[in-house]
Amino acid sequence: MTGQLIPDPTVPLTPSGNLRRRRLVSRGAEVAATAAALAAIAILVIVIWTVVSRGAKAIDLEFIFTGYPTGVGPMLLGTIVIALVATAMAMPLGVLIALFLTEYAGARGTRLLKLTLDLLNGLPSIILGLFVFALLVDHKQQSAFSGSLALAIIELPLIARGSQEVLQLVPKGLREASDALGVARWRSVLTVTLPTAIGGIVTATVLAVARAAGETAPLILTTSVFDPKAFSFNPFEPLPNVPTWIYKLSEEGNPEGFTEAWGMSLLLVSFILFASLGARALLARSKRKLSS
Amino acid sequence: MSASVSAASRAAGRGARVSDLRKRADTFGDRALFGICLLAALTAGAIIVLVGYLVVHGASPAISKFGFGFVTETEWQPNFGVFGAGSLLYGTAVTSTFALLLGAPIAIAIGLFLTLLAPKGLGAVIAPLVELLAAIPSVILGFWGLLVLAPFVQSKIEPFLHGTFGFIPIFGAQETTGLSVFTASLILTIMVIPIIASISRDLFQSVPAELQDGAAALGATRWEVVRGIVLPTTSSGVVAACILGLGRALGEAIAVSQVIGAGSEIQASLFKTGDTLASRIALQFPGALTELHKASLFYCGVILLVIGLAANLIASWIGRRFSYGGAVSG
Repeated sequence: MTGQLIPDPTVPLTPSGNLRRRRLVSRGAEVAATAAALAAIAILVIVIWTVVSRGAKAIDLEFIFTGYPTGVGPMLLGTIVIALVATAMAMPLGVLIALFLTEYAGARGTRLLKLTLDLLNGLPSIILGLFVFALLVDHKQQSAFSGSLALAIIELPLIARGSQEVLQLVPKGLREASDALGVARWRSVLTVTLPTAIGGIVTATVLAVARAAGETAPLILTTSVFDPKAFSFNPFEPLPNVPTWIYKLSEEGNPEGFTEAWGMSLLLVSFILFASLGARALLARSKRKLSS
Repeated sequence: MSASVSAASRAAGRGARVSDLRKRADTFGDRALFGICLLAALTAGAIIVLVGYLVVHGASPAISKFGFGFVTETEWQPNFGVFGAGSLLYGTAVTSTFALLLGAPIAIAIGLFLTLLAPKGLGAVIAPLVELLAAIPSVILGFWGLLVLAPFVQSKIEPFLHGTFGFIPIFGAQETTGLSVFTASLILTIMVIPIIASISRDLFQSVPAELQDGAAALGATRWEVVRGIVLPTTSSGVVAACILGLGRALGEAIAVSQVIGAGSEIQASLFKTGDTLASRIALQFPGALTELHKASLFYCGVILLVIGLAANLIASWIGRRFSYGGAVSG
């Protein structure tokens, strides 16, 4: 064998000079990127841990099921009513928009409609509060319904985009089979496309509800003056609700109020985290199922 | 016998009638479905137009009274009917810029970590966790900011920054509460990070592997691949993501109003109180004294709406114009 190929054993195998510097820079960048990710997780953990540790003290059955001052039942009920009414408005509209995008819109219409949805999604929620105030509340009175309308506008783009993504994954073969049988388009949509995509549509809706449930800005303009003792289902009067009550307690600066606010925060955060994690997992699963 | 014949002919007649009916029902059904879908799509557009119209309409008394001078006037005294958004614009600009300067590098680094560094399993855990940060309601983040972050900022970060960088006027002396422009900026930073991080991750994932492998084969280190390939091919999308994050920060009302301290003056030190457009609306609208006060808050809303729509339009234009992945549009 030719001896030249054998490396000089006295030369160290570690890089030196320029290469050493470049490796160090690269290593530094890797460490920085990892640290950034860890920092974000750390913030999440710190916030959640604070909410859990301080909120757990406040929560018991009385806290959940009685009214002010011993519990926050009316606020929980009101938030549920407001979110349900909002979703009842946003979900059909969102699904129809998604259908328009997948079934009817041309390239230009799709682009325009997607831009519209992006703009809606980017509207600051306080602006929606002002809008609904001017539309329904000004010179009249506050109502839970006006709050629901604002939340519906927040949910709408999320439901529309989420549903559209799922509808696009409905296997072409199913639609073609339906067309081959001479089934009219609207029947195919109602009996083939929508039932296939329904799982994904529901989870997209749950994600939208999780996002809207904690919105505070529109509610303080539309349903913030209420009786914290009264359990009520009536959406045409201002209903007590969790976000504005947390906001009010945080502005008041009273330690007992803080404990109550932590308790409500814990309930709200646990709903949102479970809903969004669960929906996300389901969405990933139904997308996998549809695209396989 | 005859009965069965007539039954058969009747059935055939019914069949023809049914198929005729069905055809008509189908024509009707198709048109109806198209109609309501189109209506739904138009509703989305109508909402935006209506939002714009009503917010401007609500602001019209203030617009006709103050004109464009509203934007530069810094006095805000509801009791005397004097309103100007100058200090609010300043507060909005400072908090959002600060949040972006601090948040964007962290978020981009997270995007890089998730696409290039994290093992597959770990990435699948960390990515949803980072997005969960965006799911925390702003009122709860603000409440946490008020009770946990602000005292920490006041007792630890303010003295440290003043001690180390005190020669720069923005790091003034330690204040008493921790409610400040600085704390508000930190809260906004937490809010923009998940937005920018998840868009950047999608962008980085769309960079062709051949390009990166090619650079690596030429001896580039990981950082050089990022610096030379990944960032340049996605830069426009990353800029768009940052603009979207900026739009989010500009419009945040609740969390900012909880930690910024509602000051009305423009002050050099970040540790002093201040206020933003959105936060001022949240704080004062429910108790607005006069119609003019309300209209002035609506005027703040108009400014926010214009900036917010512009930011989203620019982001979407950049996304469409420059990025091939199209990840930004979502």
